[in-house]
Amino acid sequence: MKFKSLTKFALCSVAALGLSGAAMAESHGGKVKIGMITTLTGGGAGIGADIRDGFMLAMDQAGNDNIEVVIEDDQRKPEIAVQLSDKLIQSEKVDILTGIIWSNLALAVVPAATAQGKFYLSPNAGPTQLAGKGCHENYFNVAWQNDNLHEAAGAHATASGFENAFILAPNYPAGQDALTGFKRLYEGELAGELYTKLGQTDYAAEIAQIRASGADGIYFFLPGGMGISFLKQYADSGIDLPVVGPAFSFDQGILQAVGEAALGVQNTSQWSKDIDNETNKAFVETFQAAYGRLPSLYASQSFDTANLILSAVAKADIADQDAFREALRAADFASVRGDFRFGNNQHPIQDIYVREVVKEGEIYTNKIIGPSLTDHQDVYAAECAL
Amino acid sequence: MLPERLLNAVILLTLLAVPLAALALDEPFIITLATKVTILALAGVGLNLALGQGGLVSFGHAAYFGLGGYAMGILASHAQSFTPLMEVPFLIEGTKSMPVIWITAIIVSSLAALLIGALSLRTSGVYFIMVTLAFGQMFYYFAISWPAYGGEDGLSIYVRNGFPGLNTLVPIQFFGICFVLLCVVLFFVSRLNRSAFGLALDGAHQHSERALTVGININRVRLVAFVISGGITGLAGALFADLNRFVSPTMFSWHTSGEIMIFIILGGVARICGPIAGAAAYIILEHYLGDVSEYWQVYLGFILLFVVLFAKGGIVGALTGSRGKAHG
Amino acid sequence: MTTILFFEQLLNGLQFGVMLFLMAAGLTLIFGVMGLINLAHGSLYMVGAFAAAAVAGWTGSFALALVASLAAAAMFGAIIELTIIRRLYARDHLDQVLATFALILIFSEATRWVFGSFPLFLNVPDALSGTVMLPGGIQYSLYRLTIIVIGLIVAAGLFLLISKTRVGMRIRAGENDREMIGALGVDISVLYTLVFALGAALAGLSGALVGAIQSVEVGMGEPVLILAFVVIVIGGIGSIKGALAGAILVGVTDTMGRTLLPILFGTFMEASSATAVGSALASMAIYILMAGVLLYKPTGLFGEA
Repeated sequence: MKFKSLTKFALCSVAALGLSGAAMAESHGGKVKIGMITTLTGGGAGIGADIRDGFMLAMDQAGNDNIEVVIEDDQRKPEIAVQLSDKLIQSEKVDILTGIIWSNLALAVVPAATAQGKFYLSPNAGPTQLAGKGCHENYFNVAWQNDNLHEAAGAHATASGFENAFILAPNYPAGQDALTGFKRLYEGELAGELYTKLGQTDYAAEIAQIRASGADGIYFFLPGGMGISFLKQYADSGIDLPVVGPAFSFDQGILQAVGEAALGVQNTSQWSKDIDNETNKAFVETFQAAYGRLPSLYASQSFDTANLILSAVAKADIADQDAFREALRAADFASVRGDFRFGNNQHPIQDIYVREVVKEGEIYTNKIIGPSLTDHQDVYAAECAL
Repeated sequence: MLPERLLNAVILLTLLAVPLAALALDEPFIITLATKVTILALAGVGLNLALGQGGLVSFGHAAYFGLGGYAMGILASHAQSFTPLMEVPFLIEGTKSMPVIWITAIIVSSLAALLIGALSLRTSGVYFIMVTLAFGQMFYYFAISWPAYGGEDGLSIYVRNGFPGLNTLVPIQFFGICFVLLCVVLFFVSRLNRSAFGLALDGAHQHSERALTVGININRVRLVAFVISGGITGLAGALFADLNRFVSPTMFSWHTSGEIMIFIILGGVARICGPIAGAAAYIILEHYLGDVSEYWQVYLGFILLFVVLFAKGGIVGALTGSRGKAHG
Repeated sequence: MTTILFFEQLLNGLQFGVMLFLMAAGLTLIFGVMGLINLAHGSLYMVGAFAAAAVAGWTGSFALALVASLAAAAMFGAIIELTIIRRLYARDHLDQVLATFALILIFSEATRWVFGSFPLFLNVPDALSGTVMLPGGIQYSLYRLTIIVIGLIVAAGLFLLISKTRVGMRIRAGENDREMIGALGVDISVLYTLVFALGAALAGLSGALVGAIQSVEVGMGEPVLILAFVVIVIGGIGSIKGALAGAILVGVTDTMGRTLLPILFGTFMEASSATAVGSALASMAIYILMAGVLLYKPTGLFGEA
């Protein structure tokens, strides 16, 4: 009985879809709807809060009544992220998607969203697959390509005289990319190369190997809680080798939990709260006033993302996709990073700095000690057909 | 209070009616949610056979769910890039045909269930729960660190796989496929439960000593049930991957195993339509509580706790006013 | 790999095992006495770590922080035992798994509600920081040595408690015959609450001890919970001796797997892929160990059928 009625409805639905497809093309009358998918529960919820708060700060400051933002929690699960993007596209009918933190979630969501004619602006993840051959005219990355900060760390390790570095990262694609990125601009020898278990919390065995390896420096990429655990245990191990890493393990959100163990560590970042420009000063002050904490790298990236959207909305109607895309590509907004422009693959070409962890009063934070790479562009841009 | 047969019909018809109404109201996302419920219910029906009828509390069914998903992901990604899966000793090509993918998913996950079941069924009680969990974790860590098919990034299939004569990208058509499969499996499972095999399985669970004395080979009955259960869950995994056009190791995580269990408990253990009611309730809670508060999982936790402590027959039990036959 | 490094790694494995034991002891005790699978044990571990971090933040004293972790975890343990857990003793394992899974959700999100989404700070006290030189030239963290000592003291204490004291006698009696001990006039429900609170306190203590060298954050209990289950299943559920043996076995297997497998694969593979394949296999090693033990002995090493 079910079979018969189902076939009937299947036939009807083909007709229905044709109609609804036509209805969807109607214009929004100058209104822009933004869907934000980010992590607000479970591991990494702190980063999601930063992404959301930075973005909404810029939106509140602009006070543009024609923009509506819908925020959804992906629980850091790619399947949930995919379903949320379906929901935002199908039932909320958003024009722009943004907010995803993790590369694996971005890879699950972005290709389908851009294929359906939506814009996606990444405030954090920059997976390799989307930067080269897989680049798309509707995909913009406002943060960095994943390799960038690791390349800068490699360059900095070479510049500060590492000749025999020990490098480690978790055993998953972003970790493998991190070590590849580091080795791209690092010129010395490797005393050891280690992949740790994702989510590992005890690093005694790795630290013993570092001690025995005769290395003259350490580079590590261990995001979130893994980095906190590693740094605390490393500080307690009596090894006194210089450490470099990308900004993620030294970010404002987690530095207070690492404490003294992080002091003096040099890390690479495209943003710091002491970058000297008016936008950045205002951003740091207003963020602190609004939320009672210092902004993080992630907040700075989503703040820029929101301002980029605002700049494009001011220039073009989103109903005219080509015009809107051109407006985004122009990147005509005041970035907290100072100069900001897109390369051909719509990923940033930007300066990357070396920062050092310092203590200001009771607060651990970062201060810039110099540039690592200037006007840096990712290596995958050449493969992008845009 | 409703008789259970009538309630089953109501549950199935509601599951069918909601997406059709959504189609009429042009709410495509409701159809997607209903499809998700259908697929997760199918996974629950699979586990329910082992857990409800067979009394085998498997905390590792995510393994079969994930294997089904990866069967789809691997076959479709090879078809997408036009590279054969294997050339030696014989050629295996990728495919984007759903029926082929389903059969592969069922075979692969049944084989895994055969292997895991044969080893795990040597243990019982808590040990069984934990050893199945351990096997699930092995698959999880392997999937994360195995780079060939994306590792933690997973695999994206940009276009949903095809079914002859249908356009699977149209949400209602894909829902139709899943719904029909669910009905077919439900029919199969209810026949199975009433067959000599089903009675033997129930006997092995409820009165294992009596079953032994009447000459039932308890271990073989349990193993067969476990394999069928794994195969059904594997099929659900393949459909779930197709719903998302994406697979990732999250499908293997112990949270997934826990969620499939939750569907069964919420709906009612050993009830034929329990997993449908449970999956629907869970998805509705997840979807709407999320809008209520950022801390929605606290509420979800309290609701689960309430059901486990006070509503023992689950939703189906509460509506039919009877307690689960295989539970207690 | 040099001999010294090899022994240092063995010591690391032992230390990791002892950390797992602190967690597993409570779990196995609760299972042995009440027959309860408690997935929320990881939440009590988290409660202990958060309580310690909060108190260390206010007072600056690590000793007070440890006391706070014991007290907070025991208190929450007693509360959930009185309100929820005791309704589960008579239920089957499936209900127990589900109900305590629900407790995990409640504890995790409630903790995030109170403390926010960012990790907290808790550090090794100055008196225990730094390293000592062990015989044979191994430079080893003083704090980790302290954890080994505390773990062994707890193991000895539990062993004495169960075999030599009146409470221990009742616990053993309760394991064997619940009706009988009730008939003898022992208030079984008070005993159960005490045992549950003791197990919770041990989880809280290990959360605080481990929190000082790891990250104090929501969800920290889940990975260690799974490991603790692996430990008690290998050891035989309900056996303290088994938990200790299982914990050390798991700790050593995991640590040695992590360090030796990549080297082993490096002998016949190219370096980069050897580390990748080796560490992939290493992350599965303890589960393979567990499956192996159960196939050899389906009730664990020290378990009774």
